[in-house]
Amino acid sequence: MDFFVQQIAAGLTSGAIYACVALGLVMIYVSTDHINFAQGEMAMFATYLAWAMIDAGLPYWIAFGLTVAVAFAGGLFIQRVVLKPLENAPVLALVVCFIALLSIFNALAGMIWSYTIKQFPSPFPARDVFGNGLVSVQQLGVVAVTLVMLGLLTVFFRYTTLGLAMRAAAQNATSARLMGVRVSWMLALGWGLAAAIGAIAGMLVAPIVFLDPNMMTGILVYGFAGALVGGIGNPLGAVAGGFIVGVLENLVGSYVIGNELKLTFALIVVVGVLLLKPAGIFGRVIVKRV
Amino acid sequence: MQINRRTALLGAAAIGVAGTRHARAAKNYGPGVTDTEIKIGQTMPYSGNASAYGVAGRTQAAFFRMINDQGGINGRKINFISLDDGYSPPKTVELTRQLVERDQVLLMFYSLGTQTNTAIHKYMNQKKVPQLFVATGASKWGNPKAYPWTMGWSPDYHTEGAIHARAILEAVPDAKIGILRQNDDMGNDYLDGIKEGLGADGWKRVVADATYEVTDPTVDSQILQLRNAGVNAFLNVSTPKFAAQAIKKAAEIGWKPKHHLMSVSASVGAVLRPAGFENAQGIVTAQYAKDVSDPAWANAPDYKEWKAFMDKWNPTINPFEGSSVTGYASAVTLVHVLTQCGDDLTRENVMKQAASMHQLAIPMLLPGIKLNTSPTDYYPIQSVQLARFETDHWVLFGELQSRDVA
Repeated sequence: MDFFVQQIAAGLTSGAIYACVALGLVMIYVSTDHINFAQGEMAMFATYLAWAMIDAGLPYWIAFGLTVAVAFAGGLFIQRVVLKPLENAPVLALVVCFIALLSIFNALAGMIWSYTIKQFPSPFPARDVFGNGLVSVQQLGVVAVTLVMLGLLTVFFRYTTLGLAMRAAAQNATSARLMGVRVSWMLALGWGLAAAIGAIAGMLVAPIVFLDPNMMTGILVYGFAGALVGGIGNPLGAVAGGFIVGVLENLVGSYVIGNELKLTFALIVVVGVLLLKPAGIFGRVIVKRV
Repeated sequence: MQINRRTALLGAAAIGVAGTRHARAAKNYGPGVTDTEIKIGQTMPYSGNASAYGVAGRTQAAFFRMINDQGGINGRKINFISLDDGYSPPKTVELTRQLVERDQVLLMFYSLGTQTNTAIHKYMNQKKVPQLFVATGASKWGNPKAYPWTMGWSPDYHTEGAIHARAILEAVPDAKIGILRQNDDMGNDYLDGIKEGLGADGWKRVVADATYEVTDPTVDSQILQLRNAGVNAFLNVSTPKFAAQAIKKAAEIGWKPKHHLMSVSASVGAVLRPAGFENAQGIVTAQYAKDVSDPAWANAPDYKEWKAFMDKWNPTINPFEGSSVTGYASAVTLVHVLTQCGDDLTRENVMKQAASMHQLAIPMLLPGIKLNTSPTDYYPIQSVQLARFETDHWVLFGELQSRDVA
């Protein structure tokens, strides 16, 4: 029983990580209608920036704030400079562009900071909550921050004019433009926000998995799984999906199929969900008028 | 001296063109060799997942620059072509073919990776091109009967696994052994060694064998499984990032088994420092090369020579990244083989010389470790010594240990 609870706790922690990454993916999807394959590497790069600042002597929270700001500006910049010219290009061109960004960020980080793993400080103490090794403050912190981000995003998209404008720009650019929404800037804003969320996710993940240029590669796959399971157009669904994938993966790995097939299991879940409920468990079916 | 048809033809062509070649009949050259140059190829992960190991290739390039600056090998400069395969086997195949067929290298040296080398294993042996001192610890490279053109260098995983297993049985009489290993060729190879070292009775003491995939974000779940199985002797066969995670997680949950760590992940700078020295106390590993963070070596002549080389020729590399030592020592081994070849620089003679190392001492390996090879023994280094982590460095203990492969 103890073991069961422990595996659930460990699953929730990895689930929170997947959820964080999934949130960034959803953010870009909701605001630009694309899936950004470079999301993980952008987050990793931002985390390195934070590491460099902390290494240079800045206090953690100042480095944290600065990194989020820089990441936001960086996301905006990438959209303006790299993606703006491709606004009317076919989807495939964008996919190629995302993959290019992925390898550029990965190689840049390796070039600047080398490929050996680095320790990243955690804002949460490495203490146990109950004193039995079950849940550490660090794990609880990751879950809490993820939920807070989810809350803020939901409020932003549902109750603010800007959030509404961004959703409109993504789903029907022409109509949005006719309504006076500056579509192009809405897309850029979406990128900025996604990059900022990614930076936060990176800084939460790094103390657990260690910082290296390939930190996000494995996580991104699970992040995708989480986002697709919950519904890629729905922040709440993505977070729930992340947790579901994290816990299921651990339980199934420990009790049913063994550790070898964990990733396969995650992918089977994705295929299953897409077959039975293409919009995800929590997703709403969106009908587009053509 | 043996002249095959190819060199004879080449020689004939050269005479036809230059007319003077026959005057130097004592020299016998394979592809990639001239009076002034020896061409050597390599594939190395300078990008991608395993790029941390790229340090080895950079160090070797720097080392050969130094050798060239000092006049080369028997008057010939080394032309070292090291290409980035990103640790991806199809890329390795493409680049190796390019190096062998277009660039006409004499041999391939220290190409890195088990899967990548496996992908070119047959090709190299069909083409009869030396695949020398491959940078992987798999045990399959020492098979001269089936693959006479392929040779390993470092102690193989099988040997290491067997030695760790024996050490655990000795140190922990009531051992309940747990294994964490990467689910690939390396992990399986190591497991075979562990089985051999434990014997049939010892194998019954293994209570948990947990695997992970390189794509897994963490090994937290596996560590919990091991502790839950009541493991008190932990054999950690994981690569650097996962090893650091395992060490940290074990400390976090207050699990303190006897901890044996495979040598791939025994780097102080790249694994134990990030994992936290306080969490790594008492971990045991097996070493064959000198750990440069150990102050005990500070006055050793080979350490000083290595340090001087790193400072002058390889200043951009952090000397505490482990692969710079193995890269250096393997390059010294290659220079030895090529020097032994003299003016008979054919592929056949390269393999012949590589397979006749006798009690060869190489700088930066542990004192007492000698390289031995023969036409039936393609495992150059087969001895390791156990070391325990204390405060901030490894402390060697016990005798040199070997596992003989006939």
